[in-house]
Amino acid sequence: MAKAPADLMQLHRQFGPHLNYTPPGGWQAESQGENQRLVKTHCCFCGQQCGIQLKVRDNRVIGFEPWEDFPYNRGMLCPKGVKRYLQGSHPDRLMTPLMRSDTGFRPAAWDEALDFTARRLHELQEKYGPDSVAVYGGASLTTEKAYLLGKFARVALRTRHIDYNGRLCMVSAGTAYKAALGVDRAPNPWSDIPKAEVVMVIGANIGECAPITTDYIWRARDNGAKLIVADPRFTPIARNADLYMPVRPGTDLALLMGMLHVIFRDGLTDRAFIDAHTTGFEKTEESVAAWTPRRAAEVSGVAPEAIEKAAHLVGESRRTMFLHARGIEHQTKGVENCEAVVAIALATGNIGREGAGPVMVTGQGNGQGGREHGQKCDQLPGQRSLTDPAARAHVAGVWGISPDELPQPGYSAVEIMNAIHAGEIKGLLSICFNPLVSLPEAAFTREALERLEFFGVIDFFLSETAAHADVVLAGSLQEEEEGVTASMEARVIHIQKAVDPPGDARRDSEIICDLARRLGRGQFFPFREPREIFEELRLASRGGLADYYGITYEKIDQQKGVFWPCPTLDHPGTPRLFEGGRFFHPDGKARFMSLTWRESGDPVDADFPIYLTTGRVVSQYLSGTQTRRIGALVDQYPEPKLELHPRLAAQCGISTGDWVKITSRRADMVLQAMVVRTIRPDTVFIPYHWPDRRSANRLTHRTLDPRSKIPEFKVSACRIEKTMAPEGGR
Amino acid sequence: MFGMEFYVDPSRCIGCQSCLKACEECDTHRGVSMINFDFVDRQETIATAAYVCWHCDNPTCAQVCPADAIKKYEDGIVGSSLKPRCIACSNCVLACPFGIPKLVPQYEQMMKCDMCYDRTSAGKRPMCATVCPSQALAYVKPENIAATRREKPVNTFWFGNQKITTKVYMMAPAETTEIAIDVADYVWEGDHELVPQAF
Repeated sequence: MAKAPADLMQLHRQFGPHLNYTPPGGWQAESQGENQRLVKTHCCFCGQQCGIQLKVRDNRVIGFEPWEDFPYNRGMLCPKGVKRYLQGSHPDRLMTPLMRSDTGFRPAAWDEALDFTARRLHELQEKYGPDSVAVYGGASLTTEKAYLLGKFARVALRTRHIDYNGRLCMVSAGTAYKAALGVDRAPNPWSDIPKAEVVMVIGANIGECAPITTDYIWRARDNGAKLIVADPRFTPIARNADLYMPVRPGTDLALLMGMLHVIFRDGLTDRAFIDAHTTGFEKTEESVAAWTPRRAAEVSGVAPEAIEKAAHLVGESRRTMFLHARGIEHQTKGVENCEAVVAIALATGNIGREGAGPVMVTGQGNGQGGREHGQKCDQLPGQRSLTDPAARAHVAGVWGISPDELPQPGYSAVEIMNAIHAGEIKGLLSICFNPLVSLPEAAFTREALERLEFFGVIDFFLSETAAHADVVLAGSLQEEEEGVTASMEARVIHIQKAVDPPGDARRDSEIICDLARRLGRGQFFPFREPREIFEELRLASRGGLADYYGITYEKIDQQKGVFWPCPTLDHPGTPRLFEGGRFFHPDGKARFMSLTWRESGDPVDADFPIYLTTGRVVSQYLSGTQTRRIGALVDQYPEPKLELHPRLAAQCGISTGDWVKITSRRADMVLQAMVVRTIRPDTVFIPYHWPDRRSANRLTHRTLDPRSKIPEFKVSACRIEKTMAPEGGR
Repeated sequence: MFGMEFYVDPSRCIGCQSCLKACEECDTHRGVSMINFDFVDRQETIATAAYVCWHCDNPTCAQVCPADAIKKYEDGIVGSSLKPRCIACSNCVLACPFGIPKLVPQYEQMMKCDMCYDRTSAGKRPMCATVCPSQALAYVKPENIAATRREKPVNTFWFGNQKITTKVYMMAPAETTEIAIDVADYVWEGDHELVPQAF
């Protein structure tokens, strides 16, 4: 039974989240002792993977120093990066494995915890079959850990079901790019952004979710570029936009189809490029024929004139960059939204050149690297398809097993939770994932977790989800194990080990290999160091789309990152894809897609007349497992607030600071209002980083994009009313 | 650092408060942030502004200090108050036209930005300008600013007939040479100096 212990107060006292404000030894400790060293590595948080130097003494991270020579961020850091060092010596840190007891958790020896985990997984598989256990991974893991976890699921556990929290991130973009362009990767390096004449940002709160990218956009403006921003909220970068389009949540596709309509109608296309390098143009042309700017405006709430202007700015420029993120991807038509962006780039010939191309702003730390080497439910290392016989044969060969032993594709992240709820999956091993906070409809997730017969977690803090576990294996922070990640530019970078895991905590890869041994599959997991895993990963990815064969740790250090594909040791890497109009489909051509408008999975109506959209704030990261423990970051935005427009607030008699009950078709919650003119009057916004009664995901719905299987976090229907302060106030 | 100057451009600021967090990581005053940060009016706008001390050529804070606790160094940096001298009277807090100095109660002392003197004097950039993701705070060579920015650096400010020139520059629209928001600086009353825009 995976119910959380009854005494939650005791759990919070023991495991937090507590707020850590001061470095180990106090504020003045840094200037006191000797023997400090600086470790050049990267921030553990978002997809930008900024270079940072961690200051280390006595096996503790005590501070940081900007790393000004790293080319991506040149010393720049957001507040999360500045304060990330405070997670290391945090009082909540798990230092030993934990086993469930009658009252909560008790410390356990490694042998006991690992034996128990392996035995329970084995028992469930004996009783219910191999696919009765599932594995959850995460996109904050290094690529070595992600690769190892995929291999562990398929070779040690021999289950079909492994997926990861990147399913909640950029999979819609990945699916669209794969379909249209033949590969799942941002085609351009960020250094192209300042060279663009037009930068169009749609569904991406750059200032808060990819703060360093702001500098790239501002430099484009300094060079004279026009900035277009489409977002239901007037985000920090919208302030300097030449054209701001206040798109209604869930209607980006209408806006994009309206732009395509104008591009075709007014001859803003690059015919020579379309003829030489693409197929299927008529499909898109036909799809948007009826989407006049007027119709697009009626659906999206963006003026027809603005749609015309955006189409002309983009279409008349030879150097347009498109930046998109979760705003258009977290929808039940997330894939189509991204396909529409790519179609605009293809139709106007804005791709495969310096300063021209569409890019996804990947949100998670190793969102790129974590999705290309086998922890995705349908993929093998190298971004290979699990259903492709040649790919199966190659990877099985590297792993020393028969291709027939490789399981077929399994469920995606939300589908795994559905199958747990339905009783089909009985056991779960999870690392680096906090689904109770991050999956939609939190009450459903809680019910599902409580139905598990076995739940094992590898983590460094006891997350809200881990509180449901039967066993928690104390794993490692990013700075405690060497490895690589790939940033959102697909720049493969080197994560240095700065310190050893504290106490009895162990390196994640060590834990996974040890579990494999206890499952009787140790011969396939002989790895002593991450470097050995990386060497195997190079071979497994060789010849695939995400080819890492030519990448070594040393080469990364030398070049300050290597962009994949990098097929040979003397290959410099590939910062920009599709140069000369060569795409990654076998015929070398890009695909135009059919685009079909449909409603959101949770449409507004008379009972639920207001759009609810969710997102991040700059000082918190994802489910907050790490950032809700860092005092300075919590102080910056302590509690989730409900953002609403003064017009809506006046209709409901709400002022800033009032308590508001927000009700969706799933649940309700009570938050304080923050009345701002920077949001559409028909829309409210809640940031999603908090658990329990402060969790925005109590309200969201579980409808998925049929292809990418991403939930529709950005569009729900709700109603709001002023209410009394909840018991205990804040 | 030799040859570098400090530039502030609120139009670039995204309100992330990285400067605020990084300032308190600076070695000489670790744990105390000296960045002045404001949401201009959150209900009306997303606009935010982050400032450091402007380091006046003729610092008002030092002029009004009864304890001679505020020093301007040879390189134009105006230091934080000297602990042995500061009597925490708040004269400087009240007098500074920019509203920069702050009394830090737990130290009974005025503390303000000293442009990371420990860093800049050792050839490093100040913490805030190094980390600033939007480069609203920038510490670069003047020729770089001239070559890369649309706005123009200005370091003359008017506060109702008080003309102040500073070491730190504000980025302003290209036609602006001096910044004055007080009508008094535009009113002709005889022979005192007016801002150039008054003519």
